[in-house]
Amino acid sequence: MSRASLFIPLTAFVVIVALLYAGFSLNDPHQLPSALIGKPFPDFDLPALGTQDGTNLRVSKADVRGPVLVNVWATWCPTCRAEHAELLRIRDESGLRIIGVNYKDNPAQARLWLSELGNPYEFNVVDAQGTLGVDLGVYGAPESFLVDASGTIVYKRVGDVNRRVWQEEIKPHLDALAKSAAGGAPHG
Amino acid sequence: MADPRMATFALLVTLFVAPFRVAAEGAIEAFQFDDATQEARYRALTEEFRCPKCLNTNLAGSDAPIAADLRSTVHRLILEGASDQAIRDYLQARYGDFVLYDPPVRRGTLLLWVAPVLLLAIGLAMVVVLTRRRRGVEEPLNDSERARLEELLHGHSGKDAK
Repeated sequence: MSRASLFIPLTAFVVIVALLYAGFSLNDPHQLPSALIGKPFPDFDLPALGTQDGTNLRVSKADVRGPVLVNVWATWCPTCRAEHAELLRIRDESGLRIIGVNYKDNPAQARLWLSELGNPYEFNVVDAQGTLGVDLGVYGAPESFLVDASGTIVYKRVGDVNRRVWQEEIKPHLDALAKSAAGGAPHG
Repeated sequence: MADPRMATFALLVTLFVAPFRVAAEGAIEAFQFDDATQEARYRALTEEFRCPKCLNTNLAGSDAPIAADLRSTVHRLILEGASDQAIRDYLQARYGDFVLYDPPVRRGTLLLWVAPVLLLAIGLAMVVVLTRRRRGVEEPLNDSERARLEELLHGHSGKDAK
């Protein structure tokens, strides 16, 4: 047996450890790669969350005009409460419009939540049955989608939107959209 | 059960079976179908898809709210007359390959499909190399060794029982 072949077990060990490290730590198995990036925002026709009872305004895909952040939230979702302040801050700092999808929630509680914590949303879609949620591939609130001017989903975040996510993920996407919009303007 | 080993065995069997019992009773909705074929398709499909919220539970076995939503989606699509493949496409378009336990062959999943064949090939190659090498080590006996072998095999046959 040659001297070099003595290192085969060590090499194999290092390779296996590297693969396991990549498999277990680099990818969060709970983060599904979104199937919807690059696809149009799904069609829907649902009631909007009124500011008071009795309003029966309906909203549809035509009302989702980008660039806009669509945020799926519910009052039963603790992480949604945690990200709420950041959504308010993003709207105030950047002027990015935010549309809420009130997902499988109690509308009365949702209105109370918005009056207590502040309302970052332009309007809220009431998705009581979770049908829009299924079309969006939502599997746990909160989830956020960045939609461009043509109504295409360009980015998805599963989990809370925090400072880091805003600065490292959402804002760069937004800047890229603004740049391509400015570049494409002369052509119409 | 006086025998502690029997008790341990019974405990192990119980622990092994328990998760399957829970999984089997996960789904509690009572859906109405037009005929038995539709119901059989519903059962087969909800067994086939993976719950997006869970890492290794199918739609039929999961208590997660999203699994209940997707079960009712499958039910609705079946009643609307969608084919099994159309339902698969519907869920895959929204939740990606994750919901399919049987991922399609493409660049990102190629390693998944090729790895077992590759590992088998490596294993076979190792067996071949190792057996060859072992055979190569054998050297013919010299005269004194051959004489000793003869002695061991035949010379002392009467003392074998010792």
